[in-house]
Amino acid sequence: MPDTLPSGSLRACLHGLPGVDEVGVRRRAADLATRSIKTTAKRQAIDLAIRMVDLTTLEGADTPGKVRALAAKAMRPDPADPTAPAVAAICVYPDMIPVAAPVLAGSGVGLASVATGFPAGRTSLEVKLADTRTAVAAGATEIDMVIDRGAFLAGDYRKVFDEIAAVKECCGPAHLKVILETGELVTYDNVRRASWLALHAGADFIKTSTGKVAPAATLPVTLVMLEAVRDYHAAGGRQAGVKPAGGIRTTKDAIRYLVLVKEVAGESWLDPARFRLGASTLLNDLLMQRTKLGTGHYAGPDYYTLD
Amino acid sequence: MEIFDYAPAPESRSIVTIRPAYDLFIDGEFTEAKSDERIVTLNPADEEPLSEVAAASDADVDRAFAAARRAFERVWSPLPGAERGKYLFRIARIIQERARELAVLESLDNGKPIKETRDIDLPLVAAHFFYHAGWADKLAHAGVGPSPRPLGVAAQVIPWNFPLLMLAWKVAPALATGNTVVLKPAETTPLTALAFAEICQEAELPPGVVNIVTGAGGTGRAVVAHPDADKVAFTGSTGVGKEIARAVAGTSKRLTLELGGKGANIVYDDAAVDQAVEGIVSGIFFNQGHVCCAGSRLLVQESIAEELLTRLRARIERLRLGDPLDKNTDIGAINSAAQLARIRELAAAGEAEGASGWSPACPIPERGYWFPPTVFTGVTQAHRIAREEIFGPVLSVLTFRTPEEAVAKANNTQYGLSAGVWTEKGSRMLWTASRLRAGVVWSNTFNVFDPASPFGGYKESGYGREGGRHGLEAYLG
Repeated sequence: MPDTLPSGSLRACLHGLPGVDEVGVRRRAADLATRSIKTTAKRQAIDLAIRMVDLTTLEGADTPGKVRALAAKAMRPDPADPTAPAVAAICVYPDMIPVAAPVLAGSGVGLASVATGFPAGRTSLEVKLADTRTAVAAGATEIDMVIDRGAFLAGDYRKVFDEIAAVKECCGPAHLKVILETGELVTYDNVRRASWLALHAGADFIKTSTGKVAPAATLPVTLVMLEAVRDYHAAGGRQAGVKPAGGIRTTKDAIRYLVLVKEVAGESWLDPARFRLGASTLLNDLLMQRTKLGTGHYAGPDYYTLD
Repeated sequence: MEIFDYAPAPESRSIVTIRPAYDLFIDGEFTEAKSDERIVTLNPADEEPLSEVAAASDADVDRAFAAARRAFERVWSPLPGAERGKYLFRIARIIQERARELAVLESLDNGKPIKETRDIDLPLVAAHFFYHAGWADKLAHAGVGPSPRPLGVAAQVIPWNFPLLMLAWKVAPALATGNTVVLKPAETTPLTALAFAEICQEAELPPGVVNIVTGAGGTGRAVVAHPDADKVAFTGSTGVGKEIARAVAGTSKRLTLELGGKGANIVYDDAAVDQAVEGIVSGIFFNQGHVCCAGSRLLVQESIAEELLTRLRARIERLRLGDPLDKNTDIGAINSAAQLARIRELAAAGEAEGASGWSPACPIPERGYWFPPTVFTGVTQAHRIAREEIFGPVLSVLTFRTPEEAVAKANNTQYGLSAGVWTEKGSRMLWTASRLRAGVVWSNTFNVFDPASPFGGYKESGYGREGGRHGLEAYLG
């Protein structure tokens, strides 16, 4: 449910948030990136990261075959090792939801659909809502919507808010992740304001990027978003989640994000219900490092399935 | 069991070889001291002895000055600046090559976390030598006259809080400007200075250019009072600094003093709060608060004090105190039993005078010298913990209502080394910074250093500047 804000106070509320010092936030992120995660901690982190992956394919060339393979991999990422946990969800375009839904049925793996004219969002509200409804009706359990960055940058916060609230209403039981596309918002002040805007409007998750714009997820941007969900919760709001997406490719990257979650938001966010990693190639690196920790040596890339 | 708990990640101690005993470094060689007195240096994290070093007597100090004078007259001052620069570049490169080993050695001897020695101390040490190496052949352009001359032999006494970094701050400018050096490291942290002596040998620095005499207060007095010293440079406590100023008064010696501080960290109500919290934490807990320019007084605008303190406490809860060699340790050991006693005494005075202390629930190792990060609220300007330098992880929190009050309180101290200002408003930043009587004013940051930036104090924090073009003046006549 969106928070009820007196009309006209949205701008005051967002501009009343404390500023973000760019140098300081980068320094803090860089400092946390030096945490040394070894042995048992690394094992815990890898399994947790696998459980947090939103295994993603968002290409014009996606086919039913590709999506079915992705769904199979999501449920059993390492065919050679049944102890490897399943990922949190797969994330696909809306027209692929009917393909993936029967494969994932009953598996516990979530089915996320991007929606609302992904990735640019430059379409009418009717189309955005229809996009959402269709995906949910076809079995999507999670919706990854994009905000109207143009409206946000033009200062029309009310439009962005209303759109998120309307999409949330169309989601029904599906969880709503709101993509801020931080690479287009540019400043950390904007990232903080957009985060709070999305949280007030009813987001279950706030997500950094579509993966189609550079820069995508970065540690400092994710840090600012983690502060937002932490502070929103501390102020009496619900405990929303954060999803960095785009450019997270290695186990080392993933572990750095988990360190941020642990030290900025807190231990209770170390859960797939409150933190996700949007990625495609990351999963195989996590599996490879997992095997290395178990056996002491690396298997080659051919020992892990392509999708 | 936690779902994701950091496992121990200790840096290897075996990459550094510590000799069981060290002699004095005089005239390019390690030579036995005339006196039999030895000083044992401990690892403050477990109280185990690391090594023992000589306590130089007056006769040893005489030998060191004789070697330094000889090297100054015959070799070092006649050498073209470009040639001196080459030696400094070589020393800087060797420091970089041996950085990991030196970082471990510093952490062992001092108790500070390896994260800091690795990421801050050692990179800055190398940077100071590189920076000053570049100046060696450009002194005519330093703004101190067309043909500046070195002073002669510099007597240098350094503290235990940044042993190798303070050595670099002293030795690099002295050598770049053509002076030679007799340096006394602190009695509790002599080992990296002795490792530096080995680096001088490795760099084939001419004998006598750098001489290192270990010892305690008596040795220090002999060094600064030596009649053949042309220049005295001291970093340490205000008490000892005053003693040195008296000893040097009436002589022709030049003197620079870098002494204590009680830095104010001013947080306005429009500050970037999360980064201000980071700045407060690094301001007072960096290096266990063993920092002369620490932001040991937090001056926070009353209207945001409660919220800021809530965030600050939550942040401090996450600090990891323990084994200095663990790469995830944020807070290491207090350097010595004496310093721990001083911190405890002042913290107790804080409670006794009516302030209220808070520390996170962090486990304290059984052996070694430890003090948890501590925040005192309800502090007034009259309290000892608001006036005296604690030199430990203890923050005193005061509030203010207006910018005028913030500046008045910040300046209401016998010291004047550092200050920090946190505001998102540029005009308020400039207004405040221009009124603070402190040698360094950090704007929306704290405890950031660079060899190009001069560092030094007002009032009882000392005089003279180190680093940058201004720092060269202290070694040129």
